[in-house]
Amino acid sequence: MRLEPIPAPGPARRFGLPALALAATAALGSLLALIAGAEPFGVLGLIAKGAFGSKFALLETLNRATPLIFTGLAVAVAFRARLWNIGAEAQLYAGALMAVLIGAGTPAISGPFLLPFMALAAMLAGALLLLGPALLKTRLGVDEVVTTLLLNFIMLLFVSMLLEGPLKDPMGMGWPKSEALAREARLPRIVEGLRLHWGFGLALIAALLVWLLQSRTTLGFEMRAVGENSAAARYAGMPVERTIALTALLSGGLAALAGFSEVSGLKGNLTLDLSPGFGYAGVIVAMLALLHPLGVVLSALFVAGVFVGADSMSRAAGVPTYIADILLAAALLFMSLAILLTRFRVARD
Amino acid sequence: MSESEGGGEIVLALRGITKRFGPTLANERIDLTLRRGEAVALLGENGAGKTTLMNILFGQYAADEGTVEVFGRPLPPGRPRAALEAGIGMVHQHFTLAENLTVLENILLGAAPLAGLSLGRGAARARLAALSAEYGLKVEPDARVAALTVGERQRVEILKALWRDACILILDEPTAVLTPQEAEALFATLRRAAAKGLSLVFISHKLHEVMAVANRVVVLRRGRVAGAARVAETDARRLAAMMVGAEVERPVPAPRAPGEPLLSLDKVSTPPSGARPGLRRVSLDLRAGTITGLAGVSGNGQAALAALVAGAARPAEGRILLAGGREAGPGWSPRAALREGVGRVPEDRKREGVVADFTLAENAMLEEYRASPFSRFGWLSRRAARARAEALIAEHDIRCPGPEARIRLLSGGNMQKLILGRALAPGPRVILADQPARGLDVGAVAAIHAKLLAARDGGAAILLISEDLDEVMSLSDVIHVISEGRLSPPFARGEMSAAALGLRMAGEGFADAA
Amino acid sequence: MEILDILLSATFWAAAVRIATPLIFATMGELICERAGVLNLGIEGIMAMGAFTGWIAVYAGADLWAGVGAAFLAGMLFGLLHGVLTAPFGLSQHVVGLGITLLASAVAAFAYRVSLPQVTNPPKIEPFQAVAPALADFPILGPALFAQTPLTWAAFAVAGLTAFVLWRTPLGLAVRAAGESPEAVAAQGLSVNGLRIGAVMVGSGLMAVGGAFLTLSAFSSFFFEMVNGRGWVCIALVVFGAWRPGKALLGALLFAAFDALQVRLQQTPMGADIPYQIFLMAPYALSILALVVMSRRAAAPAALMIPWRKGER
Repeated sequence: MRLEPIPAPGPARRFGLPALALAATAALGSLLALIAGAEPFGVLGLIAKGAFGSKFALLETLNRATPLIFTGLAVAVAFRARLWNIGAEAQLYAGALMAVLIGAGTPAISGPFLLPFMALAAMLAGALLLLGPALLKTRLGVDEVVTTLLLNFIMLLFVSMLLEGPLKDPMGMGWPKSEALAREARLPRIVEGLRLHWGFGLALIAALLVWLLQSRTTLGFEMRAVGENSAAARYAGMPVERTIALTALLSGGLAALAGFSEVSGLKGNLTLDLSPGFGYAGVIVAMLALLHPLGVVLSALFVAGVFVGADSMSRAAGVPTYIADILLAAALLFMSLAILLTRFRVARD
Repeated sequence: MSESEGGGEIVLALRGITKRFGPTLANERIDLTLRRGEAVALLGENGAGKTTLMNILFGQYAADEGTVEVFGRPLPPGRPRAALEAGIGMVHQHFTLAENLTVLENILLGAAPLAGLSLGRGAARARLAALSAEYGLKVEPDARVAALTVGERQRVEILKALWRDACILILDEPTAVLTPQEAEALFATLRRAAAKGLSLVFISHKLHEVMAVANRVVVLRRGRVAGAARVAETDARRLAAMMVGAEVERPVPAPRAPGEPLLSLDKVSTPPSGARPGLRRVSLDLRAGTITGLAGVSGNGQAALAALVAGAARPAEGRILLAGGREAGPGWSPRAALREGVGRVPEDRKREGVVADFTLAENAMLEEYRASPFSRFGWLSRRAARARAEALIAEHDIRCPGPEARIRLLSGGNMQKLILGRALAPGPRVILADQPARGLDVGAVAAIHAKLLAARDGGAAILLISEDLDEVMSLSDVIHVISEGRLSPPFARGEMSAAALGLRMAGEGFADAA
Repeated sequence: MEILDILLSATFWAAAVRIATPLIFATMGELICERAGVLNLGIEGIMAMGAFTGWIAVYAGADLWAGVGAAFLAGMLFGLLHGVLTAPFGLSQHVVGLGITLLASAVAAFAYRVSLPQVTNPPKIEPFQAVAPALADFPILGPALFAQTPLTWAAFAVAGLTAFVLWRTPLGLAVRAAGESPEAVAAQGLSVNGLRIGAVMVGSGLMAVGGAFLTLSAFSSFFFEMVNGRGWVCIALVVFGAWRPGKALLGALLFAAFDALQVRLQQTPMGADIPYQIFLMAPYALSILALVVMSRRAAAPAALMIPWRKGER
């Protein structure tokens, strides 16, 4: 077989194939439900209902989507410049750590500057954490996939060390968790009485800003050009290494905001289970969004919906929650293939 | 065409071959026969359909219509394996060798059934030595291909075919990368092979080579057979007429007094990169109102020289001087080159010239996006980019769906027009044109050449680098020859014949000849 | 000198070889994939899948070797998916690999929960036993060689076989050429994508066997997260080994020795003062260091990560 480019794909192809990919994912979900001994179509319905079926469910989904928007943006920004940042998990924890270091107990500064300061410090930590692998890539040619992946494990152990050591909450009854954040270090709720914090609003603003940066600024132009064809970018006079470094700073900073937002908006302290793999899920979010910053918001809602819905479905129908991970991984693969086939057709030699 | 000439059995017959790529007809009802021990040249300009035809013969494409018969038996279409087993060997224009494997490994690749338990290196080494001796093709079996010269690599390719007992050898533009002297050695090998009963198909667009090697010539033009003749019964002029159809007028630039040097290299050296030589104390003046042509076989330092002029590299020794004798200094970069008014047309337009998934508008501002009107305070103006693209499309007759189309959809010629137009737009004082016409159709070539001549007449200093000696000789006011990283003194237009330049290209006549 | 005591203890060497075993399998698997031009980031998930499949087969009553075979087949299945998506379709090897890792880990976890819905304590199986316990009393080298299970011996055999096939047979030459110059392979009428899919399938099978070692030989039970980054370490080991089986084997042993050392150092008086996380970090940090050190001498296959499409140059 051979792939033949399609010069001008029609709307049936452009929208039909991705729809087919989602349908195939749904079909797989039904099959898995069947294997697990549940009613196949009911399970899909339960997932949807659990994700979006009530005000409570919807808020839960929005809350879950918040860190995913940040990590999804982090991955989208990096992948767009062909910087394979798989270390969003580590950067998330770096951000969370900074939030706790500054905001827990009795913060050294107080008042309206505390939260912005926490956010900036978090971003700086995440940014610097990714700058290392990015520099190793541009200076020495070390593959950043492996270094960022390995840093995830190192970071988690580092956080574990701090939580059992200097950051341990003395009132924590032996559990490895940090002291709680001070009141003014907590992100307020968007609407009083609704369980949705300003982290979500911040995520939406971040998506908008990233989109403007990529499509309307010279830096964004450079990031895209370096990603699409670094040789041509270099020939045209673009500072390729600097662009990759700036991309790393932005990407790491965005992922770190996920940690800040989770600690400061939702949890109020730092534990080792702060992230159930938000960093890795960010890859799925970004790819399903085709690396488009505004698309990240939608795909984060979808991914969060599947996770939240699967939790609630699992309680009702007894199908293991891991069905969510399978469905999302499958959606990633199906969608990648579908997107490819919107631009190429399979031909015989 | 008549097929009655010559004796010997017919080993290969192509009948009514037609191949379309989308709307374009690459081959149309082509017939071709080849006899034992015969050497047939397939002659035609770039884009005449020669390579397509050979790829069909070799099974890399399947023809839409028509049949291929080898020794009277039809060849199943689209299967290189079948072609190999039928005794067809092909030496591709771009070698198909794995650089990190050894010569012997490259030859053994695919030669034995995959299920075998042993490569049989020992026996293979002996057989390779025998074949080398028999055909006068000297190779070092355990050398990594990456360390070989272009000529040596070609020998490996030919040995690969002979190893598989090929009876029919197809050579696609085999001399494009050789010096005239290496080409002579190749011709000797080919004559020896034909004398041993091998049949040859030799693809070329160079008349004199065809006359030197072939018994018979088949001329292709726009995908069709435009004529055929026995070499003994024709001459170069008649073949040229068949090949080109209506004679193309090469523009003859009016003589012009050379102006001030706008960019000079002063005893510049660069380190070698891989198997490619660096520059060795090269001095060169690019003068206002002058096209300076660089003749040479590819891989002799052209890339290093082009990189210096483009700002993509800095010299290890020596100086780059700008207009008025200012030294370019350590800040020399693509951006500095652009700032100093150097317009650049890179050698590999898809790799360095454009970002394929960007739109025409985005590609149009690729070199100027940081400056007004394309951006202010880091904020891009899409309108300015679009306006620039529209202006280029109109001025350079770029055929495209519009400024917001992705540039990957354009043909090579239209892509090149955009790159040249982009380089010319800011009014450059120096222009680097690296292989500006390579692989383009006749119309695009004429358009590109006309723009370069107009820029020259407007006072620009142009460096023209090309593997096509005819192109260099017809456009240039002065010519330098480059060989092994050394540069000859400048020769004025018409001062040297093609043959004399060819000797220089082979490395003769250099003061520090090694 | 505590370090010296550890290095001279027989159990240390036995542990090093044991720890190296899954790494050797998976590193050889990854090496085969990359030699054919495909970076297989599915390794982490495929190891988890192998660990589960081998374990569940034996738990369901199969022979231990049948469990290994089942793991190999499961790995091949995911390898087929990876190979098809990355070779003929030419999708990003990064994206597909991560997708496969997520998919395979999730499938393993899902299948475990579905087959054993009620258990809280992971059930155990009867694992592989030492090859020749009688000979294990031999000083120092005795435990390192003979206290090992047959799977460890198989790992060394696989390393030798990988080297032999890749460098001494026509098939191996074709696989290496597919990773160096797909054009050269296609010009011989061989199928680049066929070779790549095949290599990824076999390589993934070996990764899965590496995972199966964890359940069938090392821990006797299946846990989620039991692979714990070993796959990523193996990718680093392939680079460290300069894509050569012999050097990669050496790298795996070196890495394992270091891992065994850090576990023992934790229990020394000096180690007690240092947070244990520092010791656990060391192997990952070491992997990064290895990548940095080896980066200068990059010998990666020329066509690694470059999809091959006929007629495109």
